[in-house]
Amino acid sequence: MKEYKTITEISGPLVFVEVDEPVGYDEIVEIKLSDGSTKRGQVLESGEEIVSLQVFEGTDELDRSSSVRFLGETMKMPVTEDLLGRVLSGRGEPIDGGADIVPEERRDIIGAAINPHAREYPDEFIQTGVSAIDGMNTLVRGQKLPIFSGSGLPHNELALQIARQADVRDDIGAEDDADTEDEEFAVIFGAMGITQEEANEFLEEFERTGALERSVVFQNLADDPAVERIVTPRMALTTAEYLAFDKGYHVLVILTDMTNYCEALREIGAAREEVPGRRGYPGYMYTDLANLYERAGRIEGKEGSVTQIPILTMPGDDDTHPIPDLTGYITEGQIYIDRRLESEGREPPVNVLPSLSRLMDDGIGEGYTREDHGDVANQLYAAYAEGNDLRDLVNIVGREALSERDNRFLDFADAFEGELIDQGWDTNRTIEETLGIAWDLLSTLPKTEMKRIDDDFVEKYYVGEDEAEEEEAEAAA
Amino acid sequence: MSKAETQQTEDEGRITNVSGPVVEAKGLDARMNDVVRVGEEELMGEVIEIEGGVTIIQVYEETSGISPGEPVITTGAPLSVELGPGILDSIYDGVQRPLDILEEEMGDFLDRGVDAPGIDLEKNWDFTPEVEEGDEVGEGDIVGTVPETESIDHKVMVPPDVEGTVSEVNEGEYTVEEPVVVLEDGTEITMLQEWPVRKARPVERKQTPRTPLQTGQRILDTLFPIAKGGTAAIPGPFGSGKTVTQHQLAKWSDADIVVYVGCGERGNEMTEVIDDFPELEDPKTGKPLMSRTSLIANTSNMPVAARESCIYTGITLAEYYRDMGYDVALMADSTSRWAEAMREISSRLEEMPGEEGYPAYLAASLAEFYERGGRVETLGGYDGSISVIGAVSPPGGDFSEPVTQNTLRIVKCFWALDADLAERRHFPAINWNDSYSLYKSQLDDFFADEVDEGWAETRQWAVGILDEEADLQEVVQLVGKDALPEDQQLTLEVARYIREVFLQQDAFHDVDTYCDLNKQFEMLRLIRKFNDLAFDALDAGVPVDEIQDVDAAPRMFNIPTEEDWEPLAEEIDEELDKEFGELS
Repeated sequence: MKEYKTITEISGPLVFVEVDEPVGYDEIVEIKLSDGSTKRGQVLESGEEIVSLQVFEGTDELDRSSSVRFLGETMKMPVTEDLLGRVLSGRGEPIDGGADIVPEERRDIIGAAINPHAREYPDEFIQTGVSAIDGMNTLVRGQKLPIFSGSGLPHNELALQIARQADVRDDIGAEDDADTEDEEFAVIFGAMGITQEEANEFLEEFERTGALERSVVFQNLADDPAVERIVTPRMALTTAEYLAFDKGYHVLVILTDMTNYCEALREIGAAREEVPGRRGYPGYMYTDLANLYERAGRIEGKEGSVTQIPILTMPGDDDTHPIPDLTGYITEGQIYIDRRLESEGREPPVNVLPSLSRLMDDGIGEGYTREDHGDVANQLYAAYAEGNDLRDLVNIVGREALSERDNRFLDFADAFEGELIDQGWDTNRTIEETLGIAWDLLSTLPKTEMKRIDDDFVEKYYVGEDEAEEEEAEAAA
Repeated sequence: MSKAETQQTEDEGRITNVSGPVVEAKGLDARMNDVVRVGEEELMGEVIEIEGGVTIIQVYEETSGISPGEPVITTGAPLSVELGPGILDSIYDGVQRPLDILEEEMGDFLDRGVDAPGIDLEKNWDFTPEVEEGDEVGEGDIVGTVPETESIDHKVMVPPDVEGTVSEVNEGEYTVEEPVVVLEDGTEITMLQEWPVRKARPVERKQTPRTPLQTGQRILDTLFPIAKGGTAAIPGPFGSGKTVTQHQLAKWSDADIVVYVGCGERGNEMTEVIDDFPELEDPKTGKPLMSRTSLIANTSNMPVAARESCIYTGITLAEYYRDMGYDVALMADSTSRWAEAMREISSRLEEMPGEEGYPAYLAASLAEFYERGGRVETLGGYDGSISVIGAVSPPGGDFSEPVTQNTLRIVKCFWALDADLAERRHFPAINWNDSYSLYKSQLDDFFADEVDEGWAETRQWAVGILDEEADLQEVVQLVGKDALPEDQQLTLEVARYIREVFLQQDAFHDVDTYCDLNKQFEMLRLIRKFNDLAFDALDAGVPVDEIQDVDAAPRMFNIPTEEDWEPLAEEIDEELDKEFGELS
C-alpha cells in the first residue's frame, strides 16, 4: 500500500493530498504524524491528482510531512453479538478496558436503504410506561420518534425512562400463552458531542439498572473531534441493524444530541467551501439526516426491529430551525419537551399538543392496546387544547367572566397536566392505568362533551355524573 | 432503443473525479441527458453538463468506493421509461426499476449495480385488435386492447411519428416485444413504447377542464374543488397531514388511473401504501384500488439523483395513460424534496445559486412539470386528462419560501394545511381562510346539473359564515364569547357546526373516509336549515341559550359516520322543524 507525503493543503478538518494512483470515493485513510501517532480520515472527493480528506480526530499537529495511506476500503464497523455490554468510542473502538472485539463480520457503515417493498409496516405497541407517550403519542416497534427539546431541559431523563421501562406487551391480544415470553430491548446508545457528565449519567444509570449488559454505548464527547460525530451514529445504526435483522433483537437506538451532529456537518460543509443552504447548514442535510433516520423499521420475515429515539435540542426552542424542521419531515412524529411545564415541575414535561406519533393509529385499539384508546386520545387532545386556549383569555378577563363550561375545561387542562402528564420519573404505568386516569379526567366534563368517543365506550368507561339524566330526574320530581 | 443503434454511439471514457453523486469523466462522447454506465459496477447515471472535454454525470446509485480511472460507457439514449401493459399494480423506484424484482435479486436492502426492466418482457398478454387489414392508422390511434388489470383495459397505441396502412394484425397472446400490428411499410407496432422522461408526450391540443375530480373529501369537493386536468398544491408544515390527504386523494378520487409518486419521503409510509392499496376497494368499481394504481417510491434515503428523476418518471407514465383517453391523477409527495434534490445536484456542480441556494431554474422546472398536466385532446383524438396534485413541505411551515411561492404561481388550487388545526386534531387540517380554488366557476355548471341547482349558492353561504366567524373570533379572544350580542353568538354556533360536522372528516373511519357529493350537499343544506330556523327564532324573541339547546342540531354529528345517512338526515330535518315550531 502506497504512502504519500504529499499533503498540499490543510484547512479546518480537511486535508488535500496529491496522489498518482486512483483512490475510491468514501475510502478510509490513515495519516501518520511525525511523532508516530496516527489519525483516521475519509475521502470526501477523489480526483485524478488531488484527493480531499476529512480527518476524524481533527487536523491538529498535522503537517506537510505527515504521511497518508489509503486503506482501499470504505469505513467498516466490526459487528458481533459480543458488542452488547461494551462501551466504545465514537469511532467504534473499545474504551472500557475490556477485551478486544472479535468481529463476526465487518459491515459498511454507510448502510444500504431498505427496499420499501421489503419493509413490514410497524404496528406493534411499545409500552414505555409514560402516559404522555403511551396514551397520546404511542410508540411502535420500528418507528423513529425524536424528542424535540431545548438546552437545559430534561430530555435525557425521558430517554432513560423510556429505555428503562420500554416493554412489548405480548399479553394483549395474544391468542395463546405460549407467545407471551418477555422480550427485552437491546439498547444502542449513540452519544454525539455530549459532556462527560451527561455521558456518565447514562452509563451509571445503565449500570445501576443492569441495562448495560444488553446495551452498546458509542461515546463521542464534547471534547472529542467534531468530525468524528459524522461516523458515530452510522456505527451505532450499523450495529443496530446487525443485531435486529441478523440476530433477531428488538433494538432501541437513542441518539443524542442530533444538534451536535448537524453542527459537525455544517463545519465540514464550510471547510469545503460549499454553497450553504438555510442558516449555513449544507443543502444536503435533509438527505444526510434521512440516511440516518430511515435506518429504523422492520423487515418482512425478520424477527427483530430497529426503533429510533433521536434527541435534539432546538436552538432557541425554535422548531422552525433547520435541524428540528428537517427532522420532523423525516421522522414519524415528535415528542416535545416544554419549558413552561418544566418550570412548573412536571415530570416528564411533555407538551402533547404539538407532539405527534404518525404510526399511532395502527398500533392501538383492540388487540393492540384497548378498544377505546384512539377515541380517548382524540377526546383528550380536543379537551386539553380547548382548556389551554382559554388560559390566554383568563389572563385578560379573569375566571369569573367565563361561562361554567369554560371553567370546567380550564380545570380539566390543569388536572390533565397534574395527573396524566406529571407522573414522575420513576413511575411505570401500564396502558390500562394510563387510560384509567384519562377516563377519570374526562369524567370531570359533562357526558355530552364526549363527542369524539363512540357512545358504547362512553357507556362502558365514563364514570362522571350524567347531567342530562339528572336534570330529567329533577324535572320529573 | 434497438441494440444496433446503441452500439453505434457507444463510447467509453474514464472517471476523473468523484464527489458524492456527481462524477466527472473525460474522453466520453455523450450527449446531454444521455444515460451512462459508471465504473466497473456499471452504476446508472445521466449526463448533466458538458464542459470542454469533461462530461459531468449525476449517478442514481451510491458512489462509495468508485475511483478515478474507472470506465464510463454511454448508452447513447436519454433517460427513458418503458411503457406498456404491466405498469399498473406495480411499484417502481425513481428510474422505473420494479422494487419487487429488486427485492428478489438483491434482498431486503437496495444494493447497487442491478438493473431490471420496468416491464415484464416475458409475460404474455391477450391482444384484441380494433383495426383490420387495410385500415389507415395515424399517431396516437388505438389499434387494440389488452386486459391489463381487473379494472383497466390497456390500449395499444400507434407511437408518435408513426402512420400508415395496416398490413397485418395478430390477435392472441403475445409478449410486449412481439409485433401485434404491422404496417405496409414494415413498421412493427408492439405493446411496448419507450419515451424519454424529460420530454412531454405530444398532444393534439389542450382543452379547458369542466368536470370536477371528485375526491369524496368534503372540504375539497365543496369549498375548493379541483377539475379533472387541474393542478393543485398542498403545502403544510410537518405533521399537518399532507401525506394523509394525498393518500385520501389516491384512494378515493374518481380518476381512472392514479400514479402516486413518493418522492424523498418516509419508507414506512410507502409500505403503508403498498400494504393498504391492494386491500382497498375502488368505490366506483369495487375492484382493488391497486389495479388502477402505479406507485413510484423513492424514499428519502435512496440516492438523491433518482429522487430528481422520479417526478419525471411519474408524469411520463401518467401521460401514457392519458393518451389512451383516461383521466389520470398524479400525486407527488413531496415536490419540495424534488426541488431539494435539484438544489443538491446544483450545488455539487457549483452553479450560481438563486434564492435560498435553489438553482435559478427552479421556477422553470416547476412550471414545466405542472404544465405537463391538463385536459387534452390526444393525438388519436381521445379526451384524456392528468390532474397534478403536488405536496409542498415548506421549511418551518413558512409559505414565503421559494418552492411554495413558485408553485403558487402555477397551480390553480391551493389547499393550505395548518399546524394549528392539526394541533387541535381538526382533520383534514386544511385552512378554509387561506385556501382557494380557481376552478369553482368553471365547475359550477357540473354541480348544478349533477347535484343541485343551489350548490354554488350554498357554498357561498358557508364561506360567508366562516369568514364572519374568523372576524368574530378575534373579538372573542379579547372579551369572551358571552360578551357578544346574541345574533353573533348564533353565527358562531352555526360556524361551529360547519367546522365540526362538515369540514372535519375522519380519514380513518370506514364510512366517513369517503363522502359523495349528494351527502356533502345534504349535510350543508341541513346546517343551513338550522341556521335559517335559528335566526327566525331569534328574531321572534327566543333567547340564544334555548336555540343552542335544540336537540336535533347536535344529532347532525352522527351523519358523517352513518352509512345509511339519508333516513337520518330526513329525521333530523323533520325534528328541526318540529322543535323550532315548539320554540316559537
